[in-house]
Amino acid sequence: MTPASPAPQLAAPRPRGGIVQGVNDSLVIAQRNLIRMSRIPEVIIFGVIQPVMFVVLFSYVFGGSISVDGNTSPAAYREFLMAGIFAQTVTFATAGAGAGIADDMHKGLIDRFRSLPMARGAVLTGRTLADLVQTTLTLVVLAVVALLVGWRTHTSAGEVLGGFALLLLLGYAFSWIGALIGLSVRTPEAATSGGLIWLFPLTFISNAFVPSENMPTFLRTIAEWNPFSATVQAARQLFGNFPPGYEAPAAWPMQHPVTASILWSVLIILVFRTLSVRKYRSASA
Amino acid sequence: MPGAIYAEGLVKTFGEVRALDGVDLDVPEGTVLGLLGPNGAGKTTAVRVLTTLLRPDSGTAVVAGIDVLKHPNEVRRAIGLSGQFAAVDEYLTGRENLRMVGRLYQMTGKAAKARADELLERFNLADAADRTAKTYSGGMRRRLDLAAALVVRPPVMFMDEPTTGLDPRNRQQLWDVIQELVAGGTTLLLTTQYLEEADHLAHDICVVDQGKVIARGTSDQLKAQTGGERVEVVVHEREHMNGARAVLAGFGKGETTVEQHTRKLTVPVSGGAKLLAEVIRELDSRGIDIDDIALRRPTLDDVFISLTGHAAALNDEEVQK
Repeated sequence: MTPASPAPQLAAPRPRGGIVQGVNDSLVIAQRNLIRMSRIPEVIIFGVIQPVMFVVLFSYVFGGSISVDGNTSPAAYREFLMAGIFAQTVTFATAGAGAGIADDMHKGLIDRFRSLPMARGAVLTGRTLADLVQTTLTLVVLAVVALLVGWRTHTSAGEVLGGFALLLLLGYAFSWIGALIGLSVRTPEAATSGGLIWLFPLTFISNAFVPSENMPTFLRTIAEWNPFSATVQAARQLFGNFPPGYEAPAAWPMQHPVTASILWSVLIILVFRTLSVRKYRSASA
Repeated sequence: MPGAIYAEGLVKTFGEVRALDGVDLDVPEGTVLGLLGPNGAGKTTAVRVLTTLLRPDSGTAVVAGIDVLKHPNEVRRAIGLSGQFAAVDEYLTGRENLRMVGRLYQMTGKAAKARADELLERFNLADAADRTAKTYSGGMRRRLDLAAALVVRPPVMFMDEPTTGLDPRNRQQLWDVIQELVAGGTTLLLTTQYLEEADHLAHDICVVDQGKVIARGTSDQLKAQTGGERVEVVVHEREHMNGARAVLAGFGKGETTVEQHTRKLTVPVSGGAKLLAEVIRELDSRGIDIDDIALRRPTLDDVFISLTGHAAALNDEEVQK
């Protein structure tokens, strides 16, 4: 073999750089993940079945025995419960993002992406955006089921949409926690279980399923300052799902749930996005 | 002028392990460098450093005239990487995979689409273009992966064990593609565990072991360095191996190597055909039946053994344990 022709003409345009490139690259990756999701529909289907099961189990099994501010009617509990189930559902985006990114690492795709002249963070942003789309779909189905079992909102359409927006913002924030987990573990399986286990104490030591007032003081403090509780409380307020005569706990996030919910979610995004992008830059399979 | 791929004093440690222990490389434009070594020698680490995936602890690297450590994103525009695993999204079709990569190289949607079609045609994947990569055979996935690395016609290519795990037919196909690529002027750094592959594809070869380049040169230079020819004998019965060994020791210019399972003995010699005849006579006079005897020029396998004291494949097994 002898060296022959001159080097081939490079076909790569100069990167546009900056925000435009960041947005473009993120959208390309988001599109890729959405195509993937559409070809593995069972993931979406199970993702919907699980919260639907929670709705049915909680409202009919626990419904009659849990007292919400002295009101023990199952209908009152169902109204109270739904914001909790919605919030728990959006946090499961964590596991999806984590497993997806761990799988990409495992298969060498992250190496390929890192060898391309892409915007930093676009691989992760694209994934979290795709998860946001999936979470939105899940939430729509879940809301329909909730309406079927008797859940109602008692506020304006704007407030209801605002409630859902806060839930989705929380889900988006949690998918960044998932991204960091996915980049930190060795296998997709570890990312799935690692992405889920901590969600149980987080979602149960909260006001999602039972009012925090009945908890021991120590747990009650955790529950009322839990970022997850802030969003549940905010959604309940925006849906008008507080029982009649309800008085919010004195803790600041419970008194100002909408502000607290936004602050928590933005803080989580800032911290975990920074950590994840840093981790991504040195990631290796 | 430094070559299209240039590295000096690359060091990378992972804990106690010195994966790269002062590696220098210089690959002139339009040539192929074969980085040859067993698993764990540091080949992949070298590729990861040169393709911006890993920062070395020290040393400098320049690819396509661009400093890898100072301007990684500029380097990424000019290189293609085909890694050890076919890094394609198995839930995307071949076409979707290539278009995605094109877009991420900052091509317009239209340009990425046209280039994808062109590559699918060239790599014999046009018929499978709209099937998900999950349905592809191992060889097809490798071709798709290589096509993805070529989307922007990069002047510098890195291929990390491109044919590992492929059957001979697919390997030959991939070799043809690589040779075509190099004929087009691409500079290529290729890692391989297969001595035959380096012999076949590379202009220059660097033998690496334990993070160091232990020899470099053309295939012929390396073979000459190992010292001339050798006699290979395959005895008919296992019991005769010791006898044969004693005979060969009398003619050899170095230590006899013995492969028990194939009943093959090898010894370096000088003296050509005349010596071969003497060996045959001596074996015959001692009543040692042979299945095969030959005078051979050294292969890269011999080069490796003489340089490292162990066969490439043997070390491979040790690493996998």
